[in-house]
Amino acid sequence: MTDIPRGARPTAAGWSNTDDAAERVRRRHAADRRLRRLGAGAIAVAIGLLVILLSSIVISSWTAWTTTQIRLDVTIDPGRIDADDPFRGRYQDLVREAVYGLFPEVESAADQRPLRDLISNGAQFEVRERVVENPGLVGKTVSIWVPASDSIDQLRKGVIDRELPPGRRRVSDRQIAYYDALVEQGRVRSVPNTTLFTAADSRFPELAGLEGALKGSFYLLLITALLSVPMGVAAAVYLEEFAPKNRWTDLIEVNINNLAAVPSIVFGLLGLAVFLGFFGLPRSAPLVGGMVLSLMTLPTIIIATRSALKAVPPSIREAALGVGASHLQMVGHHVLPLAMPGILTGAIIGMAQALGETAPLLLIGMNAFITAAPEGVTSPSTALPTQIFIWFDSPERGFVARTSAAIVVLLGFLILMNALAVFLRRRFERKW
Amino acid sequence: MTIAVVFFVILILSLAGYWMGRNRAVALEQEAAAGRLHSLPRYYGYFVALWCGLPALVLLLVWLLLEPVVVDRLLLAGLPDRMTASATPSELDLLLQTIKNAAAGFVFGTPKPEITTAAAYYQTLRFAARAALVVCVVSLAIAGLVLARRQVAPAFRARNRVERIIGVLLVLCSIVAILTTLGIVVSLLIESVRFFERVPPHEFLFGLNWEPQIPIRADQVAGLGAFGAVPVFWGTIMVTVVAMAVALPIGLFAAIYMSEYADSRTRTVVKPLLEILAGIPTIVYGFFAVLVVSPLLRGLGAAVGIDVSPTAAIVPGAVMGIMLIPFISSFSDDALTAVPRALRDGSAALGATQAETIRLVLLPAALPGIMGGVLLAVSRAIGETMIVVMAAGLTATLSLNPLDGVTTTTVQIVTLLIGDSEFDSPKTLAAFGLGFVLFLSTLALNVAALQTVKRYREKYD
Amino acid sequence: MVTQAHPKTLPHPEPPRRQRHDQPPKEHPGLQEAPRAPVAVHPEVPTGVEEAPRAKMAARDVDLWYGDKQALFGVSLDIAEGEVTALIGPSGCGKSTFIRCLNRMNDVIDIARVKGDIRLDDEDIYDKAVDVVQLRAKVGMVFQKPNPFPKSIFDNVAYGPRIHGLARTKSELDEAVETSLRGAGLWEEVKDRLDMPGTSLSGGQQQRLCIARAIAVSPEVILMDEPCSALDPIATAHIEELIDDLSRNFTIVIVTHNMQQAARVSEKTAFFHLGKLIEWGDTDQIFTNPNESMTQDYITGRFG
Repeated sequence: MTDIPRGARPTAAGWSNTDDAAERVRRRHAADRRLRRLGAGAIAVAIGLLVILLSSIVISSWTAWTTTQIRLDVTIDPGRIDADDPFRGRYQDLVREAVYGLFPEVESAADQRPLRDLISNGAQFEVRERVVENPGLVGKTVSIWVPASDSIDQLRKGVIDRELPPGRRRVSDRQIAYYDALVEQGRVRSVPNTTLFTAADSRFPELAGLEGALKGSFYLLLITALLSVPMGVAAAVYLEEFAPKNRWTDLIEVNINNLAAVPSIVFGLLGLAVFLGFFGLPRSAPLVGGMVLSLMTLPTIIIATRSALKAVPPSIREAALGVGASHLQMVGHHVLPLAMPGILTGAIIGMAQALGETAPLLLIGMNAFITAAPEGVTSPSTALPTQIFIWFDSPERGFVARTSAAIVVLLGFLILMNALAVFLRRRFERKW
Repeated sequence: MTIAVVFFVILILSLAGYWMGRNRAVALEQEAAAGRLHSLPRYYGYFVALWCGLPALVLLLVWLLLEPVVVDRLLLAGLPDRMTASATPSELDLLLQTIKNAAAGFVFGTPKPEITTAAAYYQTLRFAARAALVVCVVSLAIAGLVLARRQVAPAFRARNRVERIIGVLLVLCSIVAILTTLGIVVSLLIESVRFFERVPPHEFLFGLNWEPQIPIRADQVAGLGAFGAVPVFWGTIMVTVVAMAVALPIGLFAAIYMSEYADSRTRTVVKPLLEILAGIPTIVYGFFAVLVVSPLLRGLGAAVGIDVSPTAAIVPGAVMGIMLIPFISSFSDDALTAVPRALRDGSAALGATQAETIRLVLLPAALPGIMGGVLLAVSRAIGETMIVVMAAGLTATLSLNPLDGVTTTTVQIVTLLIGDSEFDSPKTLAAFGLGFVLFLSTLALNVAALQTVKRYREKYD
Repeated sequence: MVTQAHPKTLPHPEPPRRQRHDQPPKEHPGLQEAPRAPVAVHPEVPTGVEEAPRAKMAARDVDLWYGDKQALFGVSLDIAEGEVTALIGPSGCGKSTFIRCLNRMNDVIDIARVKGDIRLDDEDIYDKAVDVVQLRAKVGMVFQKPNPFPKSIFDNVAYGPRIHGLARTKSELDEAVETSLRGAGLWEEVKDRLDMPGTSLSGGQQQRLCIARAIAVSPEVILMDEPCSALDPIATAHIEELIDDLSRNFTIVIVTHNMQQAARVSEKTAFFHLGKLIEWGDTDQIFTNPNESMTQDYITGRFG
């Protein structure tokens, strides 16, 4: 062993030409192909799950995009409605009479109840709106399409199965008979569900919409952007361009990286304890929600801005300083404008995160049941994700599809924002 | 309304300040005797505008934050003793709320006369506060404007001063991150201490029985030991383990394929697709869990005769796992890609197959980077809220079976805090106790992960 | 592979002094019209000339593109068995690119495309039936920058024998590792710290570790891509000595931009310029009496 010369062969030459070696190589290649297939399989599984996730939600939202209406002939009884003040009036009675009028043979009060349950509770507002618009209708009979109740809506869409035994579905045999009769009279139609976008929340699925949530989310994002973008960019500029390298800035750096990974619900606890508890700011207000979300997105924006600033080559900085610009002028005139696409991309991605965030908003009460769209940043409001949560939590059958529809709307906004970010990156990407 | 007006007044004063400062500088420059200006005229304008606007804005903000607290104090102090003497804090809150409602005109029936008086007093206080606010803020803005304008002189180094102010603003903004952490720690700590005054810490940390919703009267609570959080922590661990069992293999194999086998075209298509999974809001995953995964797993269970609880750990766990796939895969991908090409070449030149290079050289070399990603993913899983709120249950049980129902720390925080904001019942305080534990554990994981990743990056950069 | 006969691209205007060195293999179609009498490839087949080394590897008309950019233009070159062949030329001349073709290391670069014909023992290494894994076991490589794996010294050397299944028992593996380390002249320096990470060694030691790692699988050819360029003069001297020792058992191809090094270690030298093989032949002849004026200029330092 000790007298092996330098340059000696450790193993027999030509070993790789033996059958043994060939067999081994075959096995090794098989192992290689196995790993490759595992990898491809993992990707296929992940993408498959993505497809299942998105398609199941789109499919489940399908029935929420249309809604069922029933045509009633409503007699605007001058005894009940005052033409001078049409806003106050017993429209519910008018609607009920119109429904009863469709089936004059039904007379007992007990039988009339299932009949009026065909029509949504919101029908009266529909009638009122018409009369307020045109007080001249008082005393006349108008033919008007009003929303059907959720049960009838679901029956028409086939979500409620009429083959089930009567005890196991929410529509009675009699109601089905009424419905069929109305269909025959051409009094039932399906229309695009505009209520979904024009109404605020409601206990009744057929009357519930996202207007409040959309406005709430708008205010939320407005506050978040106004607070977190300037603050985040300023912090990043300081850390990247001005800060000395010392313990203190190290601490800030570690701290920012850590904040980026703190669970969002902890920010909710912070908002609850500090903004609501200590400062006594109003509950459920987009202002507070925006403040919480801006603290949450701040690290994202700082990190994105810093990497955008880092990407600006030193030669530009030197050129600016070389012609006598001050440090701040160098940053303000040259570095920041060049980094702007990257900063904007980061900001949009941060905003997209904020738009989908739910947990912290629950803790500051943005999941309240609010039937009017917010008027400002301090009025109580919901947001898109919290509205989804509220509808998810509601027992009515019609809310399942509407939850999915709301998710589709949320995802639509997220896709838009991310597409914008990608566009900005592609459009303004610069190779140094 | 007042606030918006005050805000605009400040803005307009600042603009006026800019104009005045600039004009003064230009005028000085034209006086032959005055000599050359140190800075461009607009810097004099900026200087005056900043001094006019900034202090006023800061005062406005501080005032707005403190006003409600101060007004409440004054209101309580002004109330007759018999109304406040024996009241508990929550009764006082209710009283304040009643008075404010009355002041705002939301009255049901006929209010008591003392409430009406108090409401009127409250109105006076608020009016006085707002009037004082307007006077103070506007006069501060004007004072700033006048003083700053007086400083404008040719020798005055306006640019340097402006840059210094901006520098200070930048530093302040970077301190917000520190303040946030501080705020989190302090608020969680304070509420947790209040909680532990009522429930001994050892009972919370080691107790096996968690039933915070049952006791109705406050004095019932501590003695019953219904705040033993072990089952809650256990549920969190169960869900996390299931999530990692799903995310780790899929994410890791996907990363291996992407970084080592896929051609660049496949990569540019697949990578963004996987990242979509990370961009989907968690509430969507939660809904997916309840809409699809839960019925599916229960159906599967029923088909083979196994009973799957509707709130089984496996449901939120599996869905959370899907969410974490891109997390693991992008961290692993980065770590694998960061391994220098020389090592791949070295291994390939010895006749290693790609699988051998990956298994024997790349994975060991990339392990720290991958571990960092895994730790961050675990931290994500522990802190993830919406999926478990929607798909896990409320009953805390100690069970090893992932098919049994679970509850988690975050679910409990949300259920304990949703709806009412009383700050002194052990129920709500318990949520802060849980939040504190959650924060500390994720903090530890994050710091460990960031350190590992940082050291790894330094090694190959 | 496209194989075309281009005898004229083989610049051998004068018979080299050691004629045995550049006899092309008889079977090679590209050389059938070669001016000299062909010589059998297999050692057991008697050749006309005593102890004439056959061409271990033979390249014919090798073109290589990186994307749209052509990096090699019709290179034809023989690597004589049991000898050291040095590839010299100014940087960017394609010598490293060419050496990476010899064990298909360019395969890992997506955009690289090779045309032409390269044979190892008269077997087309770019043939579909050829397994690169087996090819690289026969044609090992040592890189410019030492690249030990982030593993122990032992595991670095044992890596090859392990993946190829060359050692059945622990003691066989120990033996292979020791022989390889001795073969690379590193054993005495590291025998007491085999479990230290390979990256903890000095640059020269790391490079010898990489050589030990390469010879542990007993390749037939060892390619060295500027193995000394990252090393100090003393370490370089060590490696050069080692190359001399190794050439007794292995066919070696070495890329270097150091002319003295090429003169010291090699029997054959090939001069590359701008992706073209300008001239090749016996080292003595190339350095003392080159046929091409460009070679002359380069060697005498007039450019490069």
